[in-house]
Amino acid sequence: MSALTLYLPRDAAALAVGAEGVAGALAAEAARRGIALQLVRTGSRGLLWLEPLVELLTPEGRIAFGPVQAADVAPLFEAGWPAAHPLCLGPVERIPALQRQRRLSFARCGAVDPLSLADHEAHGGWAGLRQAVSLAPEAIVQQVLDAGLRGRGGAAFPAGIKWRTVAQAPAKRKYVVCNADEGDSGTFADRMLMEGDPLLLIEGMAIAALAVGADQGFVYIRSEYPHALRTMEAALALAREAGALGASMLGSGRAFDIELRMGAGSYVCGEETAMLESLEGKRGMVRAKPPLPAVSGLFGQPTVVNNVLTFAAVPTILAQGPAFYAGFGAGRSRGTLPFQLAGNVRRGGLYELPFGLSLRELVFDWGGGTASGRPVKAIQVGGPLGAYVPEAQWDLPLDYDAYAAAGLVLGHGGIVVHDDTANLAELARFAMEFCAIESCGKCTPCRIGSTRGAEVITRIVHGPAKAQQVQLLRELCDTMVHGSLCAMGGMTPYPVLSALDHYPQDFGL
Amino acid sequence: MTTPLSPDALAAVCRVIDERRHLDGALLPILHGVQDALGHVPDGAVPPIAEALNLSRAEVHGVLSYYHHFRRHAPAKPVLQVCRAESCRTMGGEALLAHAEASGRCTAEPVYCLGLCALSPAVLLEGEPHARMTAEKLDALLSARAAG
Repeated sequence: MSALTLYLPRDAAALAVGAEGVAGALAAEAARRGIALQLVRTGSRGLLWLEPLVELLTPEGRIAFGPVQAADVAPLFEAGWPAAHPLCLGPVERIPALQRQRRLSFARCGAVDPLSLADHEAHGGWAGLRQAVSLAPEAIVQQVLDAGLRGRGGAAFPAGIKWRTVAQAPAKRKYVVCNADEGDSGTFADRMLMEGDPLLLIEGMAIAALAVGADQGFVYIRSEYPHALRTMEAALALAREAGALGASMLGSGRAFDIELRMGAGSYVCGEETAMLESLEGKRGMVRAKPPLPAVSGLFGQPTVVNNVLTFAAVPTILAQGPAFYAGFGAGRSRGTLPFQLAGNVRRGGLYELPFGLSLRELVFDWGGGTASGRPVKAIQVGGPLGAYVPEAQWDLPLDYDAYAAAGLVLGHGGIVVHDDTANLAELARFAMEFCAIESCGKCTPCRIGSTRGAEVITRIVHGPAKAQQVQLLRELCDTMVHGSLCAMGGMTPYPVLSALDHYPQDFGL
Repeated sequence: MTTPLSPDALAAVCRVIDERRHLDGALLPILHGVQDALGHVPDGAVPPIAEALNLSRAEVHGVLSYYHHFRRHAPAKPVLQVCRAESCRTMGGEALLAHAEASGRCTAEPVYCLGLCALSPAVLLEGEPHARMTAEKLDALLSARAAG
């Protein structure tokens, strides 16, 4: 062996379990043996329980080894990276958890160097933008409508309708804003995409700009994601170099550029109007709607605000046609959703799949049940504002409308598994406490209700007059649901009431 | 009265202001720049920022104090951000935070989600991510850091 090509993620999750140490060990061991090592740093495939995942390039394709620790490196070199090694997982594309996915938005993520224009081109990059450049703006919007793409941030509003509203709004200046303030616990798809295929997001935003006639874009990235921010910064420079951004996008004669902005640790800035305030340099206070951001958004101008995953779905729609994209999914939830499995789960990670499978399949078939080996007690779907789903509802199809009909939310596709040691009364109180910490304070039900809610839950658990306090909590939640300006106060009751309804024993009831 | 900035700190603040005042909605980028340069945003930075952006000091203070990320005092020890959100909570994150606070070896700050939820519990130590964290691993990390 004199030359070797290996792939190793630089994704923050891989770094968090020692990828940098592995990279150092690989370089040192190769040097010691006089082997010319080409180490390609990629995003993550999303099989996070296998990180750090090393892939070896062979004439038959890439062979995966994982999880590899620095101490495994010298023995792997010594043995010659054999297929019989206990860490060898075989051809990476044939790992069942990868092979059985339907990766549209994450097709390149984990496979390519995210900061290589050559890799991007070689794997179908810019195809969607090229197609968009050849179309009239209305035709782009129509394709997004025909694909049935709904906003992936949580609200599931049809993206094409939002784009059409912005396109038709008369204004001197329009903006395209990407909401990358992925604050929901249990979600990391935006982060993985920005670290693993940032050019895809840029491409999606550029297509949106063509569709609505915007010349300026912003990506609002949370401060908890320093790695994603750095990768995006480098990717923007590459996109300008490739001519995908700048004075004439891919020679279209249309100008568009993107600026990065960093959030500052405010969960509510994931709400689109609070994010716009933050982008304008103010406190992240929610705005009353109407006017919608599509009519009067950033700096009062018509603004497309979409989540990372919404923009990331668009290049596929343009490149392969709306019918292809709409061919996946269930009901009115078309396409795929990158589901994110987290918490107490054996095989946690990102699984991009068509809508419509059940929570039971996802948590048990894909996730392998709990990491602790104990029974699953509750599964929170849709982030901190999503309900705790009890076993009776684990067979519902995961699509926006089936979930909404059952009083649940799919949100951003984050799923947090809890085993039977979880105390749902404590989690319900935490939901209220979190709301109290993160409330922007503009509306009373959220600002005051959250603090009172945490107190009432404590009194239910510890106090004597339980029935009276339960009634008080329900009335308070009703006020929050119907009286709050945004989802922060309006949906905090989802986890609280679902915990109360399905796990009353945890409240001492 | 706020303590005036040292000449070096004032120069750093002015540099950041000059670089970023032309941006649309420049206040957050400026506050980030100051915190990156000085490790925190001292009260003495507020008047020059307010003047440059034609805002009142109260407005700048309001923004500065709204966002959890901005620190108004220099941290005495390495900053350890410990996730307290649901996923890490169900995997022992609260005990980890209590351990970090009790150790007295770091400035422990709560944070709500680092996006490492499939490998909970997670922390950022001086900006570097570490996941599947335990009290023992944390002690070893802090010791390694102290040893340089």
